[in-house]
Parts: sequence; C-alpha cells; structure tokens
Amino acid sequence: MEAHAHGAAHELEIPYNVHPRPDTGLYNAKLGIWLFLASEVMLFGALFSSLILLRTAAPTWPRGWTFLNVPLATVNTFVLIASSVTVVLAWANLRLGNLKWGRLFIAGTLLCALIFLVNKGFEYHHEFEMHRYPRTSNFMATYFTMTGLHGLHVLGGVVVFLYFLFPGAKMWKTDRARYTNRIEVAGLYWHFVDLVWIFLFPTLYLL
Amino acid sequence: MTEQTVAVETPAAPPAVAEHVHGEGHEPGGHHTPEEIKREIRVYLYVFASLAVLTALTVWACYGLKMPVHYAIMIALAIACTKGFLVAGFFMHLLTERKLIYSILMLTVFFFAVLLWGPWHHFIDMIGHQ
Repeated sequence: MEAHAHGAAHELEIPYNVHPRPDTGLYNAKLGIWLFLASEVMLFGALFSSLILLRTAAPTWPRGWTFLNVPLATVNTFVLIASSVTVVLAWANLRLGNLKWGRLFIAGTLLCALIFLVNKGFEYHHEFEMHRYPRTSNFMATYFTMTGLHGLHVLGGVVVFLYFLFPGAKMWKTDRARYTNRIEVAGLYWHFVDLVWIFLFPTLYLL
Repeated sequence: MTEQTVAVETPAAPPAVAEHVHGEGHEPGGHHTPEEIKREIRVYLYVFASLAVLTALTVWACYGLKMPVHYAIMIALAIACTKGFLVAGFFMHLLTERKLIYSILMLTVFFFAVLLWGPWHHFIDMIGHQ
C-alpha cells in the first residue's frame, strides 16, 4: 500500500526538472524560461519601438540628462550589474555544494534589487515634486512607462529571490540539483532584467 | 531508467552537486568539476569589471562630454550592445548554449526587427519629405 502511494507520488512529479529531455537537450524549466524571455523581448521591444517612433516624429525631444538624475541612475546601473554577478555566484556556489555562500549571494542579489527600487522611488518622488507626470509630455510618458514596467520586473525578482532565500531553500535538503537549477532559471530572468536596464539607461537618461 | 527515478536525490547525496547538474545547457553535454566552476567564477568577475568600466565610459562620453546627440547615440548604443553581449554571452551562457535556444532567439530577433522596421521606415520617410 505504501509502495503504491510512493509510486503514485512519483507519477505526479514533473519530469525533466533536473536532467535534460532527450529531444530538447534541456531541462524543462530552462526551455520554459527562454520561451518566457522571448515574449519579454517582444514586450520591451514594442516599447522601444514606440519610443523611437515618438522621438523621430517629434519636432523637439528633451535630452534626459538635462533634468533627470543621471548620478542616481548611474548608481542604479552599477547596482544592477553587481546583482547579476551575485546571482551567478550564488548559482556557482550551489553547484559547488555550498548552500551557505549560495544563500549569501542570493541575499546580496536581493539587497541590490531593493537598493535599486529605493533609488527609483527617490527619482519618482523628485519628478513628482517637480510636477513632471506621465501626462506632462511624451518623453515623461515614455520614461514612466518603461522604467515603471522595468521596476515591476525588479519587484517580481525580489519576490522570487525572497522565496528561494527562505521557504524555497528547504528543497536543498531533498533535491539539491533541482534547487540549483531553480536558481539558474531565476538568474536567467534576472540577467534579462539587467539587460533591459543596460539599454534603458542610455536611451532615457543620456541621449 | 525513468526520469522520475534519477530526478530524486537523498539528503545523503555528496556535498558538491556539480557532477549531478549535467547537461543543463551552458556547456552542452558536459560535466563540471569544482575546478571548472571556480574558473567560471573568475570569468564572471572579469565580466563584472568590464561592465563597470563600460558603464563609466558611457556616462563619461554622453554626460560628461555632453557631445552632440548623433555621436552620443552611436557611442551609447555601441557600448550598450557590448555590455548586452557580455551579459547574454557570459552570465546567460549564450556563448555555449544549446541549438534549440538559438532557434528560439533567432525567431525572437526576427520579430524584434519587424517591430523596429516600423519606426525605421517612418524615419526614412520623414527624411525623404524634408
């Protein structure tokens, strides 16, 4: 009876979450995250496309550095780059079997994400104080839409890393390889968030 | 052997999972020894340093020098593309990824290009009318 229940539990388990599927050569979560990231490229791509269209069609277009907070945005760029490194270091340490350092680097990633969001909050607060809202101009509408959507992605990352840092880390005791793969997949998402910022920063702040 | 039987590990598994997480894609079909992972860590740190330098360079060129917009666009986008290559190539392991991922990304790049074709066409049209 117990053996039967054990067998049923195995049947319910999602297959190929550690070892690659023979046909794709990838474990399922990795293929899934890349498909998701492809859809994300289209989402942000549409916004970049709109920005180019608005900018080239406008008789005049403000240069972001004349009124946006470039030093704070530069700090945020360094913070996001640092968080990309901490997440790959977390993954590498987990692959080495070092949960303690893995979790420390996940906590580092989380800290960077929170610093980014706080800085972004200061920036938004300043813009509102200066009476610059999304309705103010096409530039401000684009600025708030793109940085706001990016900020939501950062917030999503915070939730994911909080889960893996605390309740999700229990999986390490039962299935290390799967937990390690989860961090890799979350890391791929996080690098994409960093990648978007790498293009957003010069486009909105410096050009 | 079914997938379910190999996917489950017991708490008594060896401390390093490097040998167990194989074929995950960034080195197709390969196993990773602790030495190889430590080498990867060094590469990540070099990439981090390069990204930091390139960020400083972008800010200096576009904000510090306050150069004309056409030059600023060219320089900033060239540096952003280089940084994007470093992140995607090394942190996301696209340099050593599976062919299936490349296929997905090629399709994405095609549709992304279609998205950018609209504004580009508009821009060329505007120049023609001037």
